[in-house]
Amino acid sequence: MFQIRIHGRGGQGGVACAEMLSVAAFQEDMYSQAFPSFGSERMGAPVMAFCRIDDKEIRLREPVMNPDALIVQDTTLLHQVELFRGLDTRGYLIVNTTRRYSDLGLGDYVTRFPPHHICTVPATELALKFVGRPLPNAALLGAFAALTRRVFLPSVAAAIREKFPGEIGEKNAAAATAAYDSIRTN
Amino acid sequence: MLKQVEGSQAVAEAIALCRPEVICAYPITPQTHIVEGLSKLARTGELGNCQYINVESEFAAMSACIGASAAGARTYTATSSQGLLFMAEAVYNAAGLGLPIVMTVGNRAIGAPINIWNDHSDSMAMADAGWIQLHAESNQEAVDLHIQAFRLAEQLSVPVMVCEDGFILTHAYERVDVPDPDQVDRYLPAFEPVQMLDPEEPITMGAMVGPEAFMEVRYLAHHKQLQAIDVIPELSAEFETVFGRESGGLIKPYRTEGAETVVIALGSVIGSIKDVVDELRDDDVAIGAIKVVSFRPFPLAQLRDALADAERVVVVEKDLALGLGGIVASNVRMALRGLRTPVYTVIAGLGGRPITKQSLHRVFAQAGADEIDDPHFLDLDLAVVDRELARAREKRRSGPIAENILRDMGLVGGKLG
Repeated sequence: MFQIRIHGRGGQGGVACAEMLSVAAFQEDMYSQAFPSFGSERMGAPVMAFCRIDDKEIRLREPVMNPDALIVQDTTLLHQVELFRGLDTRGYLIVNTTRRYSDLGLGDYVTRFPPHHICTVPATELALKFVGRPLPNAALLGAFAALTRRVFLPSVAAAIREKFPGEIGEKNAAAATAAYDSIRTN
Repeated sequence: MLKQVEGSQAVAEAIALCRPEVICAYPITPQTHIVEGLSKLARTGELGNCQYINVESEFAAMSACIGASAAGARTYTATSSQGLLFMAEAVYNAAGLGLPIVMTVGNRAIGAPINIWNDHSDSMAMADAGWIQLHAESNQEAVDLHIQAFRLAEQLSVPVMVCEDGFILTHAYERVDVPDPDQVDRYLPAFEPVQMLDPEEPITMGAMVGPEAFMEVRYLAHHKQLQAIDVIPELSAEFETVFGRESGGLIKPYRTEGAETVVIALGSVIGSIKDVVDELRDDDVAIGAIKVVSFRPFPLAQLRDALADAERVVVVEKDLALGLGGIVASNVRMALRGLRTPVYTVIAGLGGRPITKQSLHRVFAQAGADEIDDPHFLDLDLAVVDRELARAREKRRSGPIAENILRDMGLVGGKLG
């Protein structure tokens, strides 16, 4: 089982992000489960969403305690909540930022991970460029696919188009593709 | 058709497949997405001639359901938490009148303190209202139980409540096989009411009944529940024939062969419990689990049989009868009356607190060694409790407990001013 925890703020679409990821895994005939955190949710409050992917039925209903991958939508959370709790040194880390890990004060922290397990992606900027709104999910999912190879980009794009039919979906899929390409070429 | 879909959306689609004729709805978290989904299907014409009635409260929702069902319509509603309590009088009336209404309860805690998250306090408060009460383990089972619920309700002329864990199931995206319409039509025939308000043949329903006959009417309501003990497994077996998968029934044992410890639970937590059972079995611990699907009627004889070889029983339940302990555990003890099998109560997950595998491992180890307090409160922070008790001892006007606890835990700011 591969477990993903998404940290963001209420209104940034972390739950939709987890849902789309689960749909992408489903497209690849995997079992998957996405669900929101069971905490106070309001605009701007720190929130979490979870996704599990497996090749067999998923019965577990606890929150993701030990993620294999962590997606951080908002760097203002970095030093406010127990973001990295349970993340194994073999795990993956994806942070939405234009800065480098060393600029975020995480230079030492990330040395524990294999270099090809961590990335930063300017997901908000990509969303503004391709969609015109600062919602980083699609780009983060593209980066997730590129970094972890747990889902393929076409499945991610299909999941995005299912969630956002029409033009908005196409624009988000383009943002995901751009993020995917930027990670794979690095 | 296999889909990756939100639980509430899957249930809405399942209800639509059952061809309801009247839906009376009032939104409350966490069931709102179900009635929202149905309202969209009503707007796009996918519910045919179904009347979708927006009402002004849950009490109105169930009252309108009673009227619709009495007029011979297949009737559905959904609610949660305070919503279920607000409709309580009508909930009892629907059962007393023997009206086959189907209602989803997206299980949620009851305030005060206000809390929108999952536990089973709401459906437990209505457990003895006369409704059949079925609990879903997964969104697939939620879909399947709703289809069975209409069949069961209409066959016995009794209302059925399908309970599914709020957020954990209602808001979870997972794989669901949404049946084909012709499968559902084959399984669920058109509604043939045993009683109906009809201007052509006027009758009254809801007569005043005095002491000379009240016991008999109530006994027959109980009798109907007992009939369901036979009908529920039959309908589950027939469901498997038509849809090709096992779903529903009264209870469902999991790896209980040779189990010294048997864990009992309702709803989605049984999934986590099964994972823990597998891990413990890998370590040669003789443990199994039983899912109780039908909480009302409560399958006393079936549980007694299934627990015949158990050395101890651990009931994990998301409710608390204040001043008593576990509600499900009390029912299980009745199933085991006369036997010496210890039944341990584990109160867990109140107000949405996660029930983790780690905590389940710990508590099953304690119970397996017969070294567990009863009832046991899973992951209760005793230090927080003790500090509040100390504050209450210290001064008379110690203030509201919920606010004191939040302040103690640093979750809200201090006093104003």
